[in-house]
Amino acid sequence: MALEWQERGEPVPGAPRVLGAGLSPERWRSAALDIAAAGGRLVALWAGGEERAGPRIHAAFLVEGAGWVLSLPLTDSDSSYPGLEDLFPAAGRMQRAIADLTGLYSTGADVRPWLRHAAWPPNYRPLIDSPLGACEAKAVLDSYDFVRVEGDGVHEIAVGPVHAGTIEPGHFRFSVVGEKVLRLEERLGYVHKGIEQRFTQLPILEGHRLAARVSGDSAVAFSWAYCQALEGIAETEIASRAAWLRALYLETERVANHLGDLGALGNDAGFAFGLAQFSRLKEQLLRASGLALGARYLMDAIVPGGTRADLTASDARELSRCVREIANEAVALREIYDEHEGLRDRFNGAGAVSPTLAARLGLTGLAGRASGQAFDLRIDLPCQPYGEMTPLKIGSGEGDVAARVAVRFDELQESCRLIQEITGSLPAGAHQRRVGSPALGVLGMGLIEGWRGPVLIALEAGPGGTIHRCHPHDPSWQNWPVLEHAIIDNIVPDFPLINKSFNLSYSGHDL
Amino acid sequence: MLKTLRQIGSIGIVSEPPPDADEGLRVRESLNERIRTVLGRALCIRHVDAGSCNGCELEIHALNNPLYNLEGLGIRFVASPRHADLLLVTGPVSRHMEVALRRTYEATPDPKLVVAVGECGCTGGIFGESYASCGRVSNVIPVDAAVPGCPPSPTRILQGILAALSTGRR
Repeated sequence: MALEWQERGEPVPGAPRVLGAGLSPERWRSAALDIAAAGGRLVALWAGGEERAGPRIHAAFLVEGAGWVLSLPLTDSDSSYPGLEDLFPAAGRMQRAIADLTGLYSTGADVRPWLRHAAWPPNYRPLIDSPLGACEAKAVLDSYDFVRVEGDGVHEIAVGPVHAGTIEPGHFRFSVVGEKVLRLEERLGYVHKGIEQRFTQLPILEGHRLAARVSGDSAVAFSWAYCQALEGIAETEIASRAAWLRALYLETERVANHLGDLGALGNDAGFAFGLAQFSRLKEQLLRASGLALGARYLMDAIVPGGTRADLTASDARELSRCVREIANEAVALREIYDEHEGLRDRFNGAGAVSPTLAARLGLTGLAGRASGQAFDLRIDLPCQPYGEMTPLKIGSGEGDVAARVAVRFDELQESCRLIQEITGSLPAGAHQRRVGSPALGVLGMGLIEGWRGPVLIALEAGPGGTIHRCHPHDPSWQNWPVLEHAIIDNIVPDFPLINKSFNLSYSGHDL
Repeated sequence: MLKTLRQIGSIGIVSEPPPDADEGLRVRESLNERIRTVLGRALCIRHVDAGSCNGCELEIHALNNPLYNLEGLGIRFVASPRHADLLLVTGPVSRHMEVALRRTYEATPDPKLVVAVGECGCTGGIFGESYASCGRVSNVIPVDAAVPGCPPSPTRILQGILAALSTGRR
């Protein structure tokens, strides 16, 4: 039976099967309670809204095979809006980020800044006030109230922001006894570079380029989500060939990332052979991608209205041949991984997140599927061309590093199969169409299952071909807090391995 | 074990010869020729992500794959700036990383080199300068070579590293 707020649902342009409803503060809380009770999942929480209509808080959910965007208009921006962190723990940090960027506070108890360190003063609201000049203020270090763990023999280890490897910056504060971790507290925001404000300074037909650079490893997912949202509010339907090419790019991106991670995970468990072999396969794929698709990393391959380039039949065959070879080699390497006692010893049981905990905390995407959270937008909310394919849903219930490795191996094979299917049955026709002019005051939604999990773009057009507001959301927002739980009772030396098994984005989170 | 050895044997050595330095990527002459000759190619690199989208990092990772085999050239990545001869810096410098980048630079012993990697490191890229971004790397620390590209290929990054070291004249 449909609930009262569900009956008000109206289709949101862009991603398929997404409905939207505007709600009063009381209904906002009760709708969130209904969704939590129905096992729904929070996808993103952000602030948006027209200047005239006043600010609004938006929350996107996946519930019972549909997407929902609930909007809460704020009549009095000085008083706080009802927070959702008690129902969806991942909302906590998103609400703190909203406060940093817009000055709108929730009723949530944690009022520490999250994305704002010391780069801008607390009274500056980047998404509301006019842009500030660059680098004028003197750089200072700020302090942050980490939660202290006290007791006999407890000490702290502070790591970062500059890490020992070639990885992104962030800070981890471990409270340990001996080498056992009692508590990990993350502090992120170091690579906040003002992406959401920057969007408002770009023409709407250029925004996909910035979207692709929200998180470089998910360039295809973000630029597709952006274009899906834009094409939705511009009532432009892309050609069937363009949709299939986009899926080809997305699966290629997934395979490249999984190859990189499988090598790095072997290496972090002391098996350098794995890194050498998988990084060789990844290089093969990147070179094939460079030849067939025009770039090793597909930063600007997806454009509004379709794709930048077409694919010739011979290039498609060549890419398909390369991917088949990689899939075969990966089967042989998986046997070696599975039989390696050292790897089994390090992988099994490390960083375990039970399905119950994963559901409670909202663990999503690849890591979620390894902990019994069987959600995949390509299957549950398919956009074209996934509706015409039958991607296999991969999953495991173990929730440890071994499960996240196994899910990657399975998804790698499945994506290689999809690439064969796509290259073998690309529909004929144009790869690009002209984009109409986007409707004003309408929220467009992009939802794409990137390699890490569901990527969301919420887009509102401004007058004269500008962007009024664009909010990109990476699944790392949901999964970073779960990493803090996954490490509890593990030993400090296992942290790099456990962290890598999630491989979360800093840039995609810090924005 | 046997399968592992068989795999190593059947793949063989796949490393490719390195590219030449691209003198055009050098933007500054901070070290004299003698020091460059002493450093030669036995080089320790510390990578600093100062605000990158993580795209450049993926191509820096690729430098260590068996095809580019950076370590085979005597160049390796180290875990501390105190062990480094060269800083490889990516990203527009976010305001939140400005202090960390300056401190990393100060912690690196003289003589030292800095290579800015990627469009953002060279110009600020699509992010530009704002309340949260200082733009190009040279706005914060001196840069010896700059490698454009989004992301630049591993070959281009290697050409930039070699250009910073090169004793050749432009």
